[in-house]
Order: sequence, then structure tokens, then C-alpha cells
Amino acid sequence: MKHARIRLPGEADIHAVLVNDDHSVQLADGRRVAEEAVEWLPPAEGTVFALGLNYADHAAELAFKAPTEPLVFLKSPATLTGHRQVSVRPDNIIYMHYECELVVIIGKTAKNVSREQAMDYVAGYSVCNDYAVRDYLENYYRPNLRVKNRDTLTPIGPWWVDRDDVANPASLTLRTWVNGELRQQGNTRDMVFDIPYLIAYLSSFMTLSPGDMIATGTPEGLADVLPGDELIVEVEGVGRLVNHIVSEAQYADRQAQTV
Amino acid sequence: MKQGRIVLNQQARRVTALADGKLLLDNGNPLADSPQWLAPASGTVYGVALNHRSLLEQLEADFQQPPYQKAPATPVLFIKPRNTHAGHGSAIALPTQAGKVFAGGALGVVLGKVASKVAVEQALEVVAGYTVVNEISLEETSFYRPAVKAKCRDGFCPMGPWQVDAAAIDPLNVEIRSYLNGELAETHHSRDWLRSVPQLIAALSQFMTLQPGDVIIPATPLRQLEIRPGDTVAVEIAGIGRLENRLIAEESAQ
Repeated sequence: MKHARIRLPGEADIHAVLVNDDHSVQLADGRRVAEEAVEWLPPAEGTVFALGLNYADHAAELAFKAPTEPLVFLKSPATLTGHRQVSVRPDNIIYMHYECELVVIIGKTAKNVSREQAMDYVAGYSVCNDYAVRDYLENYYRPNLRVKNRDTLTPIGPWWVDRDDVANPASLTLRTWVNGELRQQGNTRDMVFDIPYLIAYLSSFMTLSPGDMIATGTPEGLADVLPGDELIVEVEGVGRLVNHIVSEAQYADRQAQTV
Repeated sequence: MKQGRIVLNQQARRVTALADGKLLLDNGNPLADSPQWLAPASGTVYGVALNHRSLLEQLEADFQQPPYQKAPATPVLFIKPRNTHAGHGSAIALPTQAGKVFAGGALGVVLGKVASKVAVEQALEVVAGYTVVNEISLEETSFYRPAVKAKCRDGFCPMGPWQVDAAAIDPLNVEIRSYLNGELAETHHSRDWLRSVPQLIAALSQFMTLQPGDVIIPATPLRQLEIRPGDTVAVEIAGIGRLENRLIAEESAQ
């Protein structure tokens, strides 16, 4: 099953919904609403972890050796947005790139979990586009929050799918299209640290809770994106997340209209 | 006004401190017992590293070398996630096999309004109040990669007990005192921070929208106050309160 969090236009309430095969959503009161008629929110609420350099080919692309220990950084709710929303490219920068990633949603409290038991703690999977603005990289707590935790720069969703609906999360194709053109392609089998390893690693020093999300890194194939671009990131068997790049001025206009 | 959050019958409740020290529950009833405290705020906690001159001066030469190449140009930020948040009086488990652990007596700036692209001059208008934080961390030998393993362990960010109203505190003139087993062990002052609270609010809100209940830890000092299982550590800021926690060995916590 596919689970999502949505709002209806003009309403403040957040609905936890199931998603139908045609991507319409099923409200608890029985109403069925089309994909285009809802505001998609991030599908879960919790601590968001993201992985850097977790695909060997991507590490090589950035001229890095793959790390010997997971390179983990955190995100806050400030940066998250949902399916069919916009992401802002800051003015006066040179390079902002997408990153298609498989997201693991934690389903049970996890502390000191072994690799062998780790998959028992997974509720399901989602998709994110972990944008980065390379101009703002500094060599302190790299990748720093100015690069990776900007408003709107982490769309996630559209939904999460149950763990048991994905036969083998270690063999899923990831793809990114920019304006309909395939620009990034990889497979989760090429992760440096796989999902069981990441859950065991994180839970060895902190407690993971239901709703926590682990964005597991991206393969090679990065490119700059510009206002007006349509980005689609897809993880095979999990979902297809659409968003659009806007300029700061376009974003300010949109914000003014919704107030 | 001093406000805190406690757990009562498994529910989070607000309490207010009266002038005589008595506690008043959010339904107006007095609270007789000593409560189980929660952190006074429940939003995202953003910490600022390398904002204390003592630390920057010590590392100045290193920062010209690889992997850093140059001194930081913008605030160096980290997140203390929800598993780290704890209340006054909580027992904090320290790992015994992961090297030294240090206390980090600090101010906590609690936001009261949504803040996006706030100017320095208006920055204090978005502050609801202030609390006391102990930003606990393992020793950091490098600042190159995010310090998740050092800073994000369970209970490594106790806060409270109180949030006092913004008007009661001048964030440009705050002294933070840390006590180990009842003895004053460290004192530091906001005048030694590279960037002030208004400057940090302006810098963070330039690229992230801050929400009511979010907390900014403007600075932690050079790590000198090592803590071990069996110790009691307290952080005190005049006008806000005293945050005290016991430290236990991780093995005994399980």
C-alpha cells in the first residue's frame, strides 16, 4: 500500500491517506481526490538523515574516494517539501544539482540493531530529490546546512510504500529526468553502505524512531538546473516525484499569492 | 514569566513558576511534587559551532591547512535531533568506549514567530524567550565532516527547566556557568562570541525558515569540561535558571 500526507486546497488540516493505483488519494471519510487536486506533503515526520558519497561512481564523479564510514548529515523540516511543489534556485549562483535517492522510512524504535535484524525496523520506502547548491560548500561539517538544508530544496514523496511491497530494495533503478530528458541513472545495488548497514550503524549510537527517514545517497549523473526546469526523480517500484525549479522572485510571488 | 514543560500521567503539560518558587500547572492547579521535566521547546534545535573566540583562536592555524584550506566564512551549523532532547533532571547515558565526552554549557534561544530572511535589526522580535542548554558532545578532532556521531547521541541535548520571556534577558550580555559535582568548573560569556544572537538569527533565516519552538544554540565554548558516569553536571544562567543532569554509564542504562 502507498501512504501519504496531504492537505486539501484552502484547508489547514493534514490528512493521512492511502493512495490508489491512479494516484488519487483516499480520505478517511471515504472521499477520493485526484492527484492534481491535493497538496502533497512530506510523507512522514521524523529526523531526516542523508548520506553523502554513498555510491562509488558518484564519489568518483566528485573526485572523492568512497568513505570508509558512512558520511551522514541531518536535515530539518525547514528544507522538506512534497510532490508537485517547487524548489527555489538561489539568485547569483553557478551550480545547483539534483540527487535522486531512495528513502528508508523507519517503522519501529531501533537501538543497537544488528545488520541481520535491521530490515525488521523498516516501515517502507520513499523517494527524495536531495538538491545541493555547490557554490555554498565550505569545508566545515561538509556538506553544510547552507548547501543541503535550504527552504524547499528537499522534495520527498509522493508517498511511502510498505516494505513488503518492494521485493528487493538492493536492486532498484534510480532515474532523474530534466524536462523529459533522462539525465541520471543508477541502481541501489551500487550503494557503498546498504540499508541494513546504515540502520545498524546509526542505531549503534542513537535511537531511531518511527517516522525517521534515511535518504541513502545518489549515483552519478549530476547537472545544473535552472528556473523553469521540470525535475522527475524515480525509484523503480517506489514512486515518481515531480517538482519544478523557480527563481527567488517567482517563489516570492507564489508565497504572496497564497497568503 | 518562567514556563516549563513536564510529563504528567504520560502527557506533556505546561507549568509556570510563581514568584515564591511554587509551580502552577496549565489548568491553574498547584503542583506539589517535583515533576519529570521535558525540554521547554519541541522544535528543531540548531547549534552553531566555532562561534566562540577561544575555540577559533586555538584552531586558527589548522584552518589554513587541509582539509579546511581557509577559515569558515559563514556560521558553522549542526542539528541536535529529537533523540538528543532531554529535560532538567534526566539521567544521561555516556558511552564508555567512545573516548572523552564534554559538557557544553550554552544559551538556548527559543523562537516565537515564523522567521524568514529577517534583518539583524529586527531579529530579536522573533525570539519568544531563552532557556539553558547543555550541548554535550564527544571530543571533536576534526570539523571537516558533520559531527553526527559526536553530537547526536540520545540525551545529548538537555534543555530547561525554564523558558523565560525574551524581555527578561539581554542576549548580548549573558554569562554561562557550568558546574561539575557542585563546583564551578567553567564560565563563559556572550561577549566572546564571534556572531551575536541577532546576527545568527539573520544568517540562519536567510536560507531556512525558522518556526516557533525552534531553538538556536549560539555558541559552545572550547571543550574543556570532561564529564564521566557518576558525575552531576549543571549549567546556570542568571535570570533563566539552572539545568542539572546526572551522568550514567550507557551499559547501565540498557
